[in-house]
Amino acid sequence: MDSIILQVLNGLDKGAAYALIALGLTLIFGTLGVVNFAHGALFMIGAFCAVFLQRVLSYSRISIDESQKDFLGNPLKVETPFVEIWFGPDVGGSIVDWSVPLAILFAIPVMIAVGFAMERGLIKHFYKRPHADQILVTFGLAIVLQEIIKYFYGANPIPTPSPEAFIGSYDFGVMLGFDANRIIYPYWRMIYFAFAMVLIFGVFAFLQFTTFGMVVRAGMADRETVGLLGIDIDRRFTIMFGVAAAVAGLAGVMYTPIVPPNYHMGMDFLVLSFVVVVVGGMGSLPGAVLAGFLLGILESFASTTWATTTLPGINQIIIYLVAIIVLLTRPRGLMGRRGVMEE
Amino acid sequence: MLGLKHKDATLFLIVAALAVFAPFFMNPFPTDSGLAQFNAGYPDLMQKFVIFGVFAIGFNILFGLTGYLSFGHAAFLGVGSYSCVWMFKLLGYNVIPGILLSVAVSAVFALLIGIISLRRSGIYFSILTLAFAQMSFALAYSVLSNPAFNLTNGETGLQVYSSDPQIFHREGLPDLPHLFGLSMRATSTLDVGPWSFQFNAGYYLCAIIMLASFYLAIRIFRSPFGMMLRAVKSNQQRMNYTGLNSKPYTLAAFVISGMYAGLAGGLLSAVDPLAGAERMQWTASGEVVLMTILGGAGTLIGPILGAGLIKYFENIFSKINDAVLHQWFALLPDGLENAVVAVIHPFVGKGWHLTLGLLFMIVVIFLPGGLVEGGQRLGRALMAARARLRGGGREAKSGAADGQPGTPAE
Repeated sequence: MDSIILQVLNGLDKGAAYALIALGLTLIFGTLGVVNFAHGALFMIGAFCAVFLQRVLSYSRISIDESQKDFLGNPLKVETPFVEIWFGPDVGGSIVDWSVPLAILFAIPVMIAVGFAMERGLIKHFYKRPHADQILVTFGLAIVLQEIIKYFYGANPIPTPSPEAFIGSYDFGVMLGFDANRIIYPYWRMIYFAFAMVLIFGVFAFLQFTTFGMVVRAGMADRETVGLLGIDIDRRFTIMFGVAAAVAGLAGVMYTPIVPPNYHMGMDFLVLSFVVVVVGGMGSLPGAVLAGFLLGILESFASTTWATTTLPGINQIIIYLVAIIVLLTRPRGLMGRRGVMEE
Repeated sequence: MLGLKHKDATLFLIVAALAVFAPFFMNPFPTDSGLAQFNAGYPDLMQKFVIFGVFAIGFNILFGLTGYLSFGHAAFLGVGSYSCVWMFKLLGYNVIPGILLSVAVSAVFALLIGIISLRRSGIYFSILTLAFAQMSFALAYSVLSNPAFNLTNGETGLQVYSSDPQIFHREGLPDLPHLFGLSMRATSTLDVGPWSFQFNAGYYLCAIIMLASFYLAIRIFRSPFGMMLRAVKSNQQRMNYTGLNSKPYTLAAFVISGMYAGLAGGLLSAVDPLAGAERMQWTASGEVVLMTILGGAGTLIGPILGAGLIKYFENIFSKINDAVLHQWFALLPDGLENAVVAVIHPFVGKGWHLTLGLLFMIVVIFLPGGLVEGGQRLGRALMAARARLRGGGREAKSGAADGQPGTPAE
């Protein structure tokens, strides 16, 4: 029982990342009808927003402290981040410490700008082209984006720690009446899950309860009619592209403490996220979220020792296996709409 | 000639001549000159040109003709490589059984995957093939290398050990892949003045096989079967309405292109008997997509051009470092020199992927027909310019002739 709960918990944070990326992919596909292979790159850029902000905040003045000596007897060089000089050691120190959550504020405008630039600059010209062309050009864009990041940040993963307050784990087992240390779950993953839920509900609420969202939903259902009503639907769809980019970027920002970001993390997630979208059903937002969590949890169950000893390697292929079975038995995916990409 | 129309025969002869004389014209710069690093005429790279040419020709039979975009073709390449090395391990280093088995195994593999994947089309087909390839990669990397049943040798890669049976191995045969005693590494060098040309047995074997598969591809393109595949691409629904079942055609195309990929994998092992799982990873599948699109999908010569270009980039362009750049621009004033080098720096050397990505995007955006289309446009523009030079009176006439659809040269 406790191991089941543990695996569900383990699957939640990865599932949350899948769900967020798949949500953005589906938003873009549902609104603009574009298959965006560069969406993983947006996730990666989000992660590197956190890295960038952390680097900027911990930018230091190097001063030589004569009173301290290093092991060679030379005066010790002391690095003091500029924020500590400006705001005092306490406030400054905690700003550096909290750089990842702060990066959320930084990443939102950046990601929306990147999303706008991408849509207006490139994807706009591909609405009328075949899906294969859309896949290819965004695939090329993804290569370009990740090479740019590689140029600035190198090829190695960059550790980006979470705030000190969230390092460590919470013992769920004790709360549920199991022995200590049976179900332990890192704080940051809990926060990631909560953050993802807030984001997902935020997007759904935005679409469901605002006039803007209503128009967007109407446009997803019948773009032409909405256009005939005199609504500039293209502009709204561009904004939705920005929102989708921001969702992917925020998913990336918050993921940095879990897995140190490197330049090809986006591609790794993208392949799986596409599978998630297809399993959930092309064009279905709830389907994408549901399939994201489902596959995340399935993957973590398949990684247990019991599963890997019964069926070796199952943890590596489970997602693809599920995708193949779903595609062959329920071609529309779990919650796919009729008439979406069925040519 | 050879059952080909005049134009195709000419194209085939050009490709054949290029393949045969590649050691010469790939080596245009004298060995001791500063430009010698742009010479691509060394065996290792020339082998890659033709092997990946085979891979891309095969991919083009599927994507170029039927329009089905497979993102999992590397799986067949990997399976072919493994099969070939297994033949080396069991039978000995002769390449013939290895290559035959790699084609056979990849055909069976492609048939299995094709039957399932081709039940869907469009992006679903892409995702299905991607999923199968990633599964094969994951399995080859981990499970199939367990001690009890070591099929792939995991991370190390499958290679031949001295303890392997190699039942046909005899004294006197080379201890490397060979063709009835002729080692694949056998290279004879011809020194002409400052030039040094290398003729490698492995390269010529691969080149002959590439030419054979190119010939076969031309025949497929021009056959009624090829017409059917084009019909699938242009309008599958209408084809079905006329009472034709498109499934056997697409499946056959998938299996044929899978066999081409397997053949390429077998050749990779034949020139270097080491097969690793990374050949199956989806980045490798992406690479063949890049090659085909870059050269021109649906054209005969395009995939070979694309394969050559990308492999050239990968091996030569990536070697341009800052020192070389400084040498090139040494004539400029120092400040300007540094500025120019700083601007170019991100695009060369380790950043060659960036150039490749940009080039690929430009091709997809502006030249959906790839470099072949670019060449055709350039040719037409030149023709038009020449016609204009000849005289104003005939200008209108030649303009009208340009506007005609004409037969797309391939």
